[in-house]
Amino acid sequence: MSASVSQANLLPTGAEFQKGLARRNFRGSVWGRFYSLSLLVAILALIALVLNIVNSAFGYAITAYEVEPTALVAGGDVGGLDAEQLVVILQDYQERRLPVYIRDNLSVVDPSIFTQVPLSESLAGRTFPAELAAMTVTELTRDQQAAVLAASLSVDTLRSLVEVEVIGEQVIHPYALSESLFERSRIDAELLEALEDEPNARLEFRSWLNFEFLTAAGSSDPAAAGVRTALLGTLWVIFITVLFAFPVGVGAAIYLEEYAVPNRLNKLIETNIRNLAGVPSIIYGLLGLAVLVRSLEFITQGRTILSAGLTLGLLILPVIIINSQEAIRAVPSSIREASFGVGATKWQTIWNQVLPAAMPGILTGTILAMSRAVGETAPLIVIGASTFIVTDPTSPFAKFTALPIQIYQWTARPQSEFRAIAAAAIIVLLVLLLLFNATAIILRQRYRKSLQG
Amino acid sequence: MTQNGAYAIQLKNVDVFYGPKLAVSDVSLNIQTRRITAFIGPSGCGKSTVLRSINRMNDLIPGARVQGDVTFQGQNLYAPEVDPVEVRRRIGMVFQKPNPFPKSIYDNVAYGPRLLGVRSKAVLDEIVEKSLKGAYLWDEVRSDLKKSGLALSGGQQQRLCIARTIAVEPEVILMDEPCSALDPIATQAVEDLMKILVKQYTIVIVTHNMQQAQRVSDFTAFFSIRKQEETPGKENRWGVLGEFAETTELFSSPNSEETERYIRGEFG
Repeated sequence: MSASVSQANLLPTGAEFQKGLARRNFRGSVWGRFYSLSLLVAILALIALVLNIVNSAFGYAITAYEVEPTALVAGGDVGGLDAEQLVVILQDYQERRLPVYIRDNLSVVDPSIFTQVPLSESLAGRTFPAELAAMTVTELTRDQQAAVLAASLSVDTLRSLVEVEVIGEQVIHPYALSESLFERSRIDAELLEALEDEPNARLEFRSWLNFEFLTAAGSSDPAAAGVRTALLGTLWVIFITVLFAFPVGVGAAIYLEEYAVPNRLNKLIETNIRNLAGVPSIIYGLLGLAVLVRSLEFITQGRTILSAGLTLGLLILPVIIINSQEAIRAVPSSIREASFGVGATKWQTIWNQVLPAAMPGILTGTILAMSRAVGETAPLIVIGASTFIVTDPTSPFAKFTALPIQIYQWTARPQSEFRAIAAAAIIVLLVLLLLFNATAIILRQRYRKSLQG
Repeated sequence: MTQNGAYAIQLKNVDVFYGPKLAVSDVSLNIQTRRITAFIGPSGCGKSTVLRSINRMNDLIPGARVQGDVTFQGQNLYAPEVDPVEVRRRIGMVFQKPNPFPKSIYDNVAYGPRLLGVRSKAVLDEIVEKSLKGAYLWDEVRSDLKKSGLALSGGQQQRLCIARTIAVEPEVILMDEPCSALDPIATQAVEDLMKILVKQYTIVIVTHNMQQAQRVSDFTAFFSIRKQEETPGKENRWGVLGEFAETTELFSSPNSEETERYIRGEFG
């Protein structure tokens, strides 16, 4: 009846329809352009970040040796020398400092009494020629001091002593990669200037990120400083963090999803966990300082890896709980019903069906939370991570430093060499994060495959 | 024989509530041992709810509550000393959508026996073979027991679920619209299987398909909906048992007009 008439009146047709269609398509294309622009901004920001870091981490540097390596050994490579040859070099060039090397590397007594007690006491437990036991260090001849060093120190230690104390490479002026590429003439002019003060000065292209940088301990000399201590510190702290936060977080998520009845109290708890995930990390630092470092000092022994790991664990706990809850919630209820249907108990169902099915999501969430913890600086500063430390951490109760702390400390120094090694350390941190995220992806794929067969 | 003779399960004045809301009211019926009983009725009439109250599956829904007696071999299943885990082992369930675990065929079937503590490989092998044969799936999968259960076709998955159910040797199998997600050929296979299984098991099946009820079942329960306007615009609906009889009788000479209209397909 009237249906066809009213339809013709209500909806546009012909030219009117075409016009409307053009307008609709235009609106869509504007939004589409806006979205691709957003992506472009994100990509540009990433490229700028990477360029900035690479710019600082590589480039020419004017360096000078105290003593040319070629003067020590033909070819200039001290790596091939044995312990005795290295001690001879030390004796030749730094004769007066031999007692200092003995004190720094071998002494087991307090530095203030080191020169006054006999070797049997100051070097107790070390290997040295037995006939010297009754003498103090200052009574030894230079040859005897050299003999003590040769007897006790490893070739590696002796080599690094030679490198730092004799060869003594100095960075006079580092250049960024962009300067190295585009301002070569200025660099050459500055090299000539430098040669006036320092006849040994030379220009070399340097990658501040190299194998030695990864394996060397912290040092106040930027040319010799490395990230080993900080890297090990970070790995230790993260290990403790995950050891604490993963079981507790997953456990809490299981309780909230599978056991908790949806009453007001449990809803309140859940809401607050979500809020906790947004609390600034420095607040967790204050919590860690007050509770873990101070009140629980008898357990954590103060500003140690354990305190830091637990603090970061508390920081990422809410994130792990939320991610795990979501992963558990995503397990289809048909799987739960099937398990209950053949007579499984609640725990058997959770353990055999729900957790394996939720594991890809739980692992991804945990590793992403872990990546966040790796980069955290503020809470570690608050609980007092050491800013300068050269001994490797060996237990959860060790003092430590971590990569972000080390980076922060290096960038805060006025000398430009430190900015270069800070950039190199940032690359190490980024690679570590990439490794974590890649692991997350691989684990997720593995699990997914094993679930689908 | 059990003390109730040929009755495996007896429901007496059963009411089911979801929270404060009445879902099914006053259902009384007796389910005969080693027979197929079909529950039919329009959507929302509570036939699945009644089915799930038989093996205490409703316990899993927060706020669900059952009043009245559900008796299995003389034992009230809702008595405080009864553990629902034991109930579900003895009264197994097959669901609407095939829901194999994301594991191998072997592990799917061995899951139940393993829960009960069976560890011996030889025993498990035997149970898996027996159950898969029982579900008429053995010949199709015997060479490939390590394959994921999810890699099977829909009909095979449903028969795998049946094999998984019979692996724990239940006495009753509840089937909640087991064929609604299957094509006609897979449906045929499952129906044929039910006719064989009924020699050993008591089967209760919920179905939307009246032809299926007629084809496979010995007894049919027709559920219908009662409505009451509480306040204007807000209606309370709950299910009741409309009619319960032998299948042939119910379909040839229904007692009530409502049953007749339903089986003629006038509403659903």
